[in-house]
Amino acid sequence: MKQYLLSMYQPQGDPPPPEVLGPIMEKLGVIRQELIDEGAWVFGDGLCPPETATVLRAKDDDVLVTDGPFVEGKEYLGGFMIIKAPDLDVALAWGRRYAETTGLPMEVRPFQTDASD
Amino acid sequence: MPRTEPATPGRGPGPHPERDIERVFREEYGRAVAVLVRIFGDIDVAEEAVQEAFTTALERWPAAGAPPSPAGWIITTARNRAIDRLRRESAREDRHAQAAVLHAASAGREPAEEGPVRDDRLRLIFTCCHPSLATAAQVALTLRLLGGLSTAEIARAFLVPEPTMAQRLARAKNKIRDAGIPYRIPPEAELADRLRSVLAVVYLIFNEGYSASSGDRFSRPELSQEAIRLGRLLAALMPDEPEALGLLALMLLTDSRRVARTGPDGALIPLAEQDRQRWDRDLIAEGQGLVRACLRRNQPGPYQLQAAINAVHGDAPDTATTSWPQIVRLYDQLLAQQPTPVVALHRAVAVAEVDGPGAALRLVDDLDLGRYHVFHVVRADLLRRLGRRDEADEAYQAAMAGTQNAAERAFLERRRRSLQAPRQGI
Repeated sequence: MKQYLLSMYQPQGDPPPPEVLGPIMEKLGVIRQELIDEGAWVFGDGLCPPETATVLRAKDDDVLVTDGPFVEGKEYLGGFMIIKAPDLDVALAWGRRYAETTGLPMEVRPFQTDASD
Repeated sequence: MPRTEPATPGRGPGPHPERDIERVFREEYGRAVAVLVRIFGDIDVAEEAVQEAFTTALERWPAAGAPPSPAGWIITTARNRAIDRLRRESAREDRHAQAAVLHAASAGREPAEEGPVRDDRLRLIFTCCHPSLATAAQVALTLRLLGGLSTAEIARAFLVPEPTMAQRLARAKNKIRDAGIPYRIPPEAELADRLRSVLAVVYLIFNEGYSASSGDRFSRPELSQEAIRLGRLLAALMPDEPEALGLLALMLLTDSRRVARTGPDGALIPLAEQDRQRWDRDLIAEGQGLVRACLRRNQPGPYQLQAAINAVHGDAPDTATTSWPQIVRLYDQLLAQQPTPVVALHRAVAVAEVDGPGAALRLVDDLDLGRYHVFHVVRADLLRRLGRRDEADEAYQAAMAGTQNAAERAFLERRRRSLQAPRQGI
């Protein structure tokens, strides 16, 4: 089985109000359960906002610590899932459901190493 | 061991074994690669093996004669050579080779696949035209793997340096392998969508060949011929997809006018001024036959409608007797399916013949297509016909600024100069 990273890109700014976010989170829970039931789920979670990030940079013999995020942009990595899938089409089918549910752009990217099972 | 014909006395080699091999290569390269991709699950392994088999053929066939089934010989030879080589490499712990050997072992256990729907080439073309690949990569891969064109040929056809094309192909093949783009005909639910991108790639190849976007020649017929070959393959493999038939019909009908649309000096001749005796009647008959077969199915799609429009032209001895109202009605249907300004522009050209250039110009001026050079070509022609010389002159200049193609610029320049000539008659 191949492994894929499904990254969810979120726009800067306040999250939608609870009455909008609630049903979305519920649907995301359903997809996650399906992934688990099919043995395709590896790991996934939402991330805290980018201003909570810290960046480390190796410089000469030292490592510089600065306030993050690494890349400032209008959109940021809001969360990710790692899934197992036999091929890209299957991974894209899962990614499509996340995109439809959240209305957010999703990036699907293969890992270098296949899953052991 | 690969099967070869012994060189028997009295039965010498064929007169042109090299030409035989060349022909087998053109006709069978795609199928051989597709079969080997299924067996080994890897494009590079497949390509290398098929090329090796053709090299062996070049060594043996001139002396021994071509085998009774040249395509079968190529595939068998390629498979055997690849298995030998991969076994040696996997013994040296080459992970890539081990995967290909494993794949071949499991492919051998699958039941033999028969029938056009399971043709390996069809799977491979869906892989090459996968929506996760950029259009330029889809086009290059399709020409390379299904058409058997060399990297240098594809680079020349698209006027990019060969290393650029080589890199584009290598990246696309790496993505197929690393991202796990499957070699599979998409399931029914996705088929219509995915077929659209396959047909779009073939039509893009055709159009690049038919009206080259840059360069000295207006057309590169080799590319169009390759697209028609791919179109025939798709129509044969998917006879129940009316849009596949529609695309083939559209390409045949368009190509029937190829020789008539350039003058001896290489300049473009517009439809209205073409010598219709020079249209290829066989291509027209074949294209019109396909259009009729499509009409009977009554599932008109954009390619079928465009083919039908071209079929109407094929019937008419000249522009005056062309059934323009019928063409406008077909454009109405096309516009309903593809409500884009480009379709509206082409519809306006037909409207000019029914309701006059003034009515057409009103339609054209409503379109936001200033960056599309054909828009200026159409406007210039309508303004010229309305006798609005200064505006026509400006429009011709805008049209010329928008194309890099020398033949088309020559035509536009000539038209523009004719504006200054004293007008004849009324």
